[in-house]
Amino acid sequence: MSEKYIARSSAIASRLLGGEMMVMSATDSTFFTLNEVATAIWQAADGRTPLSQIVADKICREFEVDLKAASRDAEQFVEELSRHGILLVSDHPFEIASDSPTEAA
Amino acid sequence: MTLMEEAQQRALDLGVPLAVHLDVTYRCNERCVHCYLDHDDLGEMSTEEIKEVLDQLADAGTFFLTFSGGEVFMRQGFLELVAYARRLLFNVKVKTNGAMIREREAAELRRLGVEQIQISVYSHRPEVHDAITKLPGSLKRTLESIRFLKSQGLKVVIANVLMTSNAGDYQGVQQLARDLDVHYTLDPTITPKIDGDTSILNLRIPGSELGSVLHNPELVGNVDEYCAPPSPVSEDDMDGYSCSAGHTAAYISPYGDVFPCVQFPLPAGNVRRQKFLDIWQNSTALKEVRAIHARDLPVCSTCPHMTSCTRCPGLAYMEGSMRGPSSADCEKSFHRTGIPSANMLRKAQPAHLIQIQTAF
Repeated sequence: MSEKYIARSSAIASRLLGGEMMVMSATDSTFFTLNEVATAIWQAADGRTPLSQIVADKICREFEVDLKAASRDAEQFVEELSRHGILLVSDHPFEIASDSPTEAA
Repeated sequence: MTLMEEAQQRALDLGVPLAVHLDVTYRCNERCVHCYLDHDDLGEMSTEEIKEVLDQLADAGTFFLTFSGGEVFMRQGFLELVAYARRLLFNVKVKTNGAMIREREAAELRRLGVEQIQISVYSHRPEVHDAITKLPGSLKRTLESIRFLKSQGLKVVIANVLMTSNAGDYQGVQQLARDLDVHYTLDPTITPKIDGDTSILNLRIPGSELGSVLHNPELVGNVDEYCAPPSPVSEDDMDGYSCSAGHTAAYISPYGDVFPCVQFPLPAGNVRRQKFLDIWQNSTALKEVRAIHARDLPVCSTCPHMTSCTRCPGLAYMEGSMRGPSSADCEKSFHRTGIPSANMLRKAQPAHLIQIQTAF
């Protein structure tokens, strides 16, 4: 199975609120709040780290969860946010433009 | 509770200034008859000062950022501020009259990921709109800007402030919004000038017309529900707050002055002298605002409309007391339901010329 790379869209706003990330799409005004685990994936979505590595390093280690279950949940999370154009998914690392709003707030 | 309401509640619990309205200038190319501002530059913050404030707001947890004025595009380098705010990942809304937005500005707002542009339109008839803005040709320019923004795929909201001179035109503006495929919002409240001058309040539409607006299903949705008599007041309601001003929302003027809201001119501090978070957490004025629960409002806590009233503490403050009623909202509650507010009943009672107090 090929690697997946994920990057935050530049057309979103986001902010941490009490450990959970609020995300809003500027394209369709959809509003999400991400729990702690989803927030960790979101913050690690730098376009260069493979999703499998994010799950192994950030999720399994920090939240002490099983790799298989974490991978399945992460795949679903990525699929849902990519449907709204909030996360971008590619099988190659992204080239991030220098003026894109990509800070992990 | 919606996700947004949950976020609002969490921000309230954590004391986070979730939404900030920042006026970047009071200068304007229009001279609207109902405007609550002056239009001078009495020492606006520089671009660098505003960027520093934006850094502080991001650190404080602010998510919703509204740029307004005055006319935001009167300020040179406004788009530089928008770009900076977007790099800090704010959800950015812009309020403007649109007269200075052409293709280039519209494309840039889109590229920067601005979520919403709110544009004031007072009438579908140029002679009415332009008489309110006192700028000939302003409706034409404004509508052109909406088309530029729409062609970029931006979300545009037409804000229709109602007053005596355009009271009969809101259906025309609604139709215009439909034709342009943009959202529409109506505001029947004219507020006193920020310096306390109330002379513009005579522009408010009379109660009879307010009643027909509040019973129009195209504006309020389900009229039976919207205009239903208020539900009984519970103990939880008594512990509640009027609105988010000073709780999860703040206003910053072009001079760096911090207030609970743009309609609530209670000075809380100035970001040129103090860090925003220091003002937000330690200002005596903001602490006083936060200490007021519904049960502490001497008149409103006895009012049957308490649970459904849109009482504005800022308008109450401008009327004399932030714990008092806001007459404009009393009027709305009355014309919505037909039930007079406690404040209206109190005012209707004849004043006693001689009062005797007895203590035993």
